[in-house]
Amino acid sequence: MKKVIVGNHAVSWGVALARTEVIAAYPITPQTQIVEELAEMCDDGRLAARFVKVESEHSAMAACIGASATGVRAFTATSSQGLLLMHELLHWAGLGRLPIVMADVNRAVAPGWNIWTDQNDTLAQRDTGWVQLYCENNQEVLDTTIQAFALAEKLSLPVMIVLDAFFLSHTSEPVDIPSPADVDAFLPPRNAALKLDTSDPHAFGALTTPAVYMEMRKRQQEAFDQVPEAYRLIDADWDRRFGRSWGAIESYRTEDADTVLVTSGTITSTSRYVINERRERGEKVGLVKIKMFRPFPTEPLRRALAGIPKVAVLDRNISPGHGGIFAEELRSALYDLPSSRRPRVDGYILGLGGRDVTPDVIGECLDATRGNQSSSSSREDLWVGVKP
Amino acid sequence: MTQIPLKEIMPHEEFLESGHLACPGCGASLSMRMVLKALGEKTVVALPACCWSIIAGPYPQSSLKLPLYHSAFETGASVASGIKAALLARGDTETTVVAWAGDGGTFDIGLQALSGAAERNEDILYVCYDNEAYMNTGIQRSSATPLGAWTTTTPGAHPEARPKKDILAILAAHRIPYAASATPAYPEDLLAKVRKAKATKGTRFLHLLAPCPPGWKTADDETIELARMAVRARIFPLLEIENGETWRITVDSPGDPIGPYLAKQGRFRHLKNEDIGAIQAQVDSRWKALQRRVAGS
Repeated sequence: MKKVIVGNHAVSWGVALARTEVIAAYPITPQTQIVEELAEMCDDGRLAARFVKVESEHSAMAACIGASATGVRAFTATSSQGLLLMHELLHWAGLGRLPIVMADVNRAVAPGWNIWTDQNDTLAQRDTGWVQLYCENNQEVLDTTIQAFALAEKLSLPVMIVLDAFFLSHTSEPVDIPSPADVDAFLPPRNAALKLDTSDPHAFGALTTPAVYMEMRKRQQEAFDQVPEAYRLIDADWDRRFGRSWGAIESYRTEDADTVLVTSGTITSTSRYVINERRERGEKVGLVKIKMFRPFPTEPLRRALAGIPKVAVLDRNISPGHGGIFAEELRSALYDLPSSRRPRVDGYILGLGGRDVTPDVIGECLDATRGNQSSSSSREDLWVGVKP
Repeated sequence: MTQIPLKEIMPHEEFLESGHLACPGCGASLSMRMVLKALGEKTVVALPACCWSIIAGPYPQSSLKLPLYHSAFETGASVASGIKAALLARGDTETTVVAWAGDGGTFDIGLQALSGAAERNEDILYVCYDNEAYMNTGIQRSSATPLGAWTTTTPGAHPEARPKKDILAILAAHRIPYAASATPAYPEDLLAKVRKAKATKGTRFLHLLAPCPPGWKTADDETIELARMAVRARIFPLLEIENGETWRITVDSPGDPIGPYLAKQGRFRHLKNEDIGAIQAQVDSRWKALQRRVAGS
């Protein structure tokens, strides 16, 4: 069934098709439509979930933790300040190995108040033990929401789906909505091996001494190591059933390219347009989209970018005192390629707080990188479109 | 009234193992032992940070024979809400979900989540065992610390300057179906309240006074005696409140002078006669207010 829906409702549809059992949420712009739609679905019977209308995002995640530890499928959605308020409990869900799925609508962080998109809210949660999947369009949002439950439950890891404020959250696009029966065949009900169960009582999260804490951390890392392959299989299964796949990364027209853009989120769509235009003019340019930020898809990126002379990373985020976060991570991933095969990586900071990233802005970055003849990576990212 | 021997009232089954990590004379471990006896095996416990995070034992051990989820400090009520929602989602309407928190996790950092759960009337039993300070971190004042008490953060010449927060009145103001105070010094009363709470739907709140020998600087064989004195001196009246409206005193507090209760505790050693007089005046005034509420309900 095709429907024209906003990105927020694509999340809601995914959550409903996944037959989520417990939802706990608190309103925040621009996420609110996700949980409003879910509240409607619970109200009119389209979704048989318990909806806990908590008094804060902190309690939303806490309730999801309690529900997930009891063995059910749990979901919440948030944005910006709400995600930051959850931070402590994101670690709890991560190290507690609870397969909670959360949608975050990327919104800039205050002060001053800003409801428009950038990625600093989610990237500040980098080390909390959540898989992070960034989406480019509403179809990808819906598909990824359902895939996220499969991935989370396969490896006992929480998964965060990320979509841009307004450019996706409030923008309508045609979305192919799979049938409930087809999704049921893809995603069976959760069957937790360990849970809070009076017939088989266990204590979870007890005092963990130096003698055992590191082993727990190592197991978490080993689970993350399995994510790329697990996601590849889930995505391939999805492709077989629904005729679409997304990949941890996607290479677009990178064959014989001398310069490649690296993007995430909706900047990717605008960048595709720029690449198409430039290709028509005979320029050898391409694009690599990063969907999976944690775990960082190091091997796929090395395969995709080895031998390409120049790479321009578009970062809608900033780690103050260091630079664009995707650029940092990419430089680190490519560092030990042989120098003859290692691209020069230029970083661009743009679009913060929802500032428009137009084809012209992207073209400017592309031109700057193509025109730069230096052979070594610059350590300083360029700020694009900043007024003096 | 004929006295029924306690051993006939108290269930024999134990859900707290010996070998737990409580200090000698711990009022919190005694409270847990009695409460679980009344709740039985169909019980799940959400345990935010508190002394009990240690008493329950380190991984891979547990001193409770029940499913137990250790959770973040401020999340007792919210994690319990999630557990209950999950049980209901899978059709389990029978299991009692208990949030078991100390006074810090209830009066202070967990109050927002507790207020949220109480306002939603979540079907959970929230038990606060109150030892009147942050004891697990080494005796720092909380908003449950009584007027005049020494703690490591109210030291020397500056003991606690504010009266204890009235947590039961706060919960009653949420109009939850059942709120009560109890203490292991009155086991019949405590068991009756736990059973009543268990049989009630919606948010139930129990406030338990749990004397703490290391924190109160008391002998470890005086826990029960101290809790009994607190009740008799009207410092900790034993109440139950239904729907926030019907207030009832369940055990008579004859109004013993508070001096001997304070004198037994090292944390009050610095008090002068006029300090004790001021505390007595506060206890009397609160008692009067309570009498009015009871009479008016």
